Amino acid sequence: MDAFLHQLFSGIATGGIYASVALALVMIYQATHHVNFAQGEMAMLSTYVALTLIQAGVPYWIAFVLTVGASMIVGIGIQWLVLRPLEKAPVLASVGVFIGMLLMFNSVAGWIFSYTLKPFPSPFGEGPPMLNGLFSRHELGSTGVTLLVLTAVWAFFRFTRLGLAMRAAAFNPISSRLVGVPVAKMLALGWGLAAGIGAVAGMMVAPVVFLDPNMMAGVLLYAFAGALLGGITNPLGAVVGGLLVGVIENLGGAYVVGTELKLSMALVIIVVVLVVKPSGLFGKTLASRV
Amino acid sequence: MHAHITRFGPLLFIVLAAVLPLAFASGYQLFQLTLVVAYALSVLGLNLVTGYNGQVSLGHGAFYAVGAYVTAIMMDRWDVPYWATLPVSAVVCAVFGFLLGMPALRLGGVYLALTTFALAVAVPQLLKYKLIDGWTGGVQGITIIKPDAPYDLPLTSDQWVYLFSLAVGVLMFALASNLVHGRIGRAMVAIRDQPIAAEAMGIDIARFKTLTFATSAMFTGIGGSLAAIAVQFVSPDSFTVALSVTFFVGMVIGGAASIWGAVFGALFIEFVPNIADHLSKAAPGAIYGVILIAFMFLAPGGIASLLRRWFARLAVK
Amino acid sequence: MKRRTVLTGLGGIAASAMVRPAAAATVGVTKTEIKIGNTIPYSGNASSYGVIGKADAAYFQMINDQGGINGRKINFITLDDGYAPAKTVEQVRRLVEQDEVALLFNSLGTANNTAIHKYMNTKKVPQLFVSTGADKWGDPKGFPWTMGWQPSYRTEAQIYAKAILENYAGKKCALIYQNDDFGKDYLGGLQDALGKDFEKHFTKLITYEATDPTVDSQVVALKDSGAEVMVSAAIPKFSAQIIRKAYDIGWKPVHYMSNVSASVGATINPAGPEKAVGVITSAYQKDPTDPEWANDPGMNEWRAFMKKYIPDGDLADGGYSFGFGVSMTMVQVLKQCGDDLSRENIMKQAANIKRLDVPVLLPGVYVSTTPDNFHPIRQMQLTRWTGKTYERFGKVIDAT
Repeated sequence: MDAFLHQLFSGIATGGIYASVALALVMIYQATHHVNFAQGEMAMLSTYVALTLIQAGVPYWIAFVLTVGASMIVGIGIQWLVLRPLEKAPVLASVGVFIGMLLMFNSVAGWIFSYTLKPFPSPFGEGPPMLNGLFSRHELGSTGVTLLVLTAVWAFFRFTRLGLAMRAAAFNPISSRLVGVPVAKMLALGWGLAAGIGAVAGMMVAPVVFLDPNMMAGVLLYAFAGALLGGITNPLGAVVGGLLVGVIENLGGAYVVGTELKLSMALVIIVVVLVVKPSGLFGKTLASRV
Repeated sequence: MHAHITRFGPLLFIVLAAVLPLAFASGYQLFQLTLVVAYALSVLGLNLVTGYNGQVSLGHGAFYAVGAYVTAIMMDRWDVPYWATLPVSAVVCAVFGFLLGMPALRLGGVYLALTTFALAVAVPQLLKYKLIDGWTGGVQGITIIKPDAPYDLPLTSDQWVYLFSLAVGVLMFALASNLVHGRIGRAMVAIRDQPIAAEAMGIDIARFKTLTFATSAMFTGIGGSLAAIAVQFVSPDSFTVALSVTFFVGMVIGGAASIWGAVFGALFIEFVPNIADHLSKAAPGAIYGVILIAFMFLAPGGIASLLRRWFARLAVK
Repeated sequence: MKRRTVLTGLGGIAASAMVRPAAAATVGVTKTEIKIGNTIPYSGNASSYGVIGKADAAYFQMINDQGGINGRKINFITLDDGYAPAKTVEQVRRLVEQDEVALLFNSLGTANNTAIHKYMNTKKVPQLFVSTGADKWGDPKGFPWTMGWQPSYRTEAQIYAKAILENYAGKKCALIYQNDDFGKDYLGGLQDALGKDFEKHFTKLITYEATDPTVDSQVVALKDSGAEVMVSAAIPKFSAQIIRKAYDIGWKPVHYMSNVSASVGATINPAGPEKAVGVITSAYQKDPTDPEWANDPGMNEWRAFMKKYIPDGDLADGGYSFGFGVSMTMVQVLKQCGDDLSRENIMKQAANIKRLDVPVLLPGVYVSTTPDNFHPIRQMQLTRWTGKTYERFGKVIDAT
């Protein structure tokens, strides 16, 4: 029982990581109906920016805010410069651009910051094991941050005019334009928010998996699985989905299929969700073309 | 002028592709060209499902791996001659593609991209799974012997493997060309561009998509088989997600929905990384990424469309 | 692999090689130049190893600046293979057939070198000092043209097995290993050393994938197995995770950690120096970040080299000192060759290194080879992390 509990909590902690990246993915999907394959690499670059600031002597939380802000600006910039011109292009073009960015960011990060593994500080400090070792301080703190971001996103969409306008712009751009919603700006803003959330995710992930240019390679797949499981249109779903994937992965790896097939479970989750309930646990039914 | 190019172009190309390398290329260059043929078939397979049928796949490395492993296992464990492994590889990959296509193709655009991406990531892990490592050699992989030219032909092994691959490649390209220019090809494009109209006209979309996926897997699998014969080695780490991404890049840059695009794409993924390596040891991937994005903007139809435009202008003059 | 097919295959290639008679005894060598080839991942997910190629290139540059070897400059051609075996085959064929290098040096990766193993040996081109610790590179009878450099993973695992038998006999042991040929070599080494008692000692075996985001779940499972001794065959990223997670869940096993992860900079510091206290590994290199070597003449030689030739290089990265040591060995072999730089003689000299002391190796650890022994480095010493530095203990273990 003790073993089971440990696996469960370890799964929740890992799931928190997936959840935070899944949240960023959902954000972009919400705004633009794209799945950003370069999301992980953008978050990784943001984390390097944060580390550079911290090493230059900037206090953690100020570096945190600066990084999130800078990432949002860059995210808006990318949407404006790179994706807006391709708005009418088929899915293939956007996937092509995302893959191109993925390759480019990864390589540039290695070039500028080297491929050496780097420690990244946790804002929650070091300390002895908590709750009989079920949770570490950082795991507790980062899960809290993810929930905080989730609440903020939810409140933003639910209670602010801007959030409503963004949802409208993504859902029906033509009608939104007619009623005066600046659709182009909304899409850019969605990208900015996603880049910001990605930066937060990166800074919460890095103390756990350590910082190197390939930091997000392993996380991204599980984040995809989490986003789909929860429903890619729903921020709450992304978080719940991410946590669930973490737990399923851990328990499955420990008790069912063995660690040799842990990764393949993400594939199975994705396929099963898409076949059984494509809208995910919390999402609205998608208008499929078939 | 233009009509002549389209009619005799392919024939001339095939003759030149067979004769020139034999006369001038070194063993190493022949090996590179053999890989180009293998990549071209793989990119062609991807092109059928993504370019023509509009279903974005980021996981074709999986079929390439299956093809390569089928050939390697048959040659190594059962002493089957290399040429006899190709039909088996084709069938296995087609079945594999069909089974995978059934659930995957119910999904639109990005969902299929996601699923196939997950497949690509999981491939190495599946290849070394302990239940099948008696066949696959587990993490060690399989080393196979390069075939020599038959009937005492005065050809080196490299020359023979290249000619053999080229012959297989030409055959498969002819097959693909017939496919996409016929009734089936029109249906594929119709499903991509006007799914509702296509359905109204009586095309069974789901069945069609699944069959396209199976065919596509078959092409890519044969590419994998040829590569295994040329490289003489397969291992799980040869088939990482990077391979699938490479095929995708080749398809986009060569030209989606173009038979010739697959050839240009294969040339690109074979030779440009070497050039990028020469330009910058620091960040070869960055150059690759920039080229990809630049193509999406400046020439979304890839090299094939650039050449087409160029030829058209030539014809007008 | 069936022997018959190998032999016919080799025969076929040998026959085709005979068509071109004695392709000049000194390929890749002129009066003023020696051409050396190399493949290493500068791109892709193993790019962190690229620094070794940079260190090799810089070392040969230094030798050239000092006048070269017997009046010949080294022309070092290093190519990116992105860690993909198919690309390695292509690049190596280019180096051998087009650039016509005298030999291949320090190519990296187990699968990558496996892919070219047979090719190099049928072509009779030296494949020297490969950057991988698999045991198979030391097989002078089967593959007389291939040689490793670092101690093999198997040897290292056997050292741990012996230490466990001596100190912790009867305790439950667990092994976590990377699910590839690197990890499996440790499993094999432990099984070799413990024989049929292996399962009695090691009650829990668990794997992880190099693509896993974390190994937290595995560590939890190891703890729950009740093991008191853990052997980890992991790369730095995951070793650091193992150390940290074990600490976080309050598990304190005796931890034998693969030498691959010995680096203070890449493993201990990310994990947290205080959390790694007590971790045991076996070392053969001086760790550049270990304060013990802060004023070591040997390491200062390396630092001076770094300052002049790779000024922007990270001094905490052990890849640079590895490249320095292995390149020095290469230069020694070329010096020994004198004016006879035929491939046969290069291989002969590589197999006759008489105790070469390399400044970046630990005291008592040296490079030596004989025609029957293709494992250039065979000594290691157990060492324990104390919180600030590694402390070597026991004798230097010679696994000859």
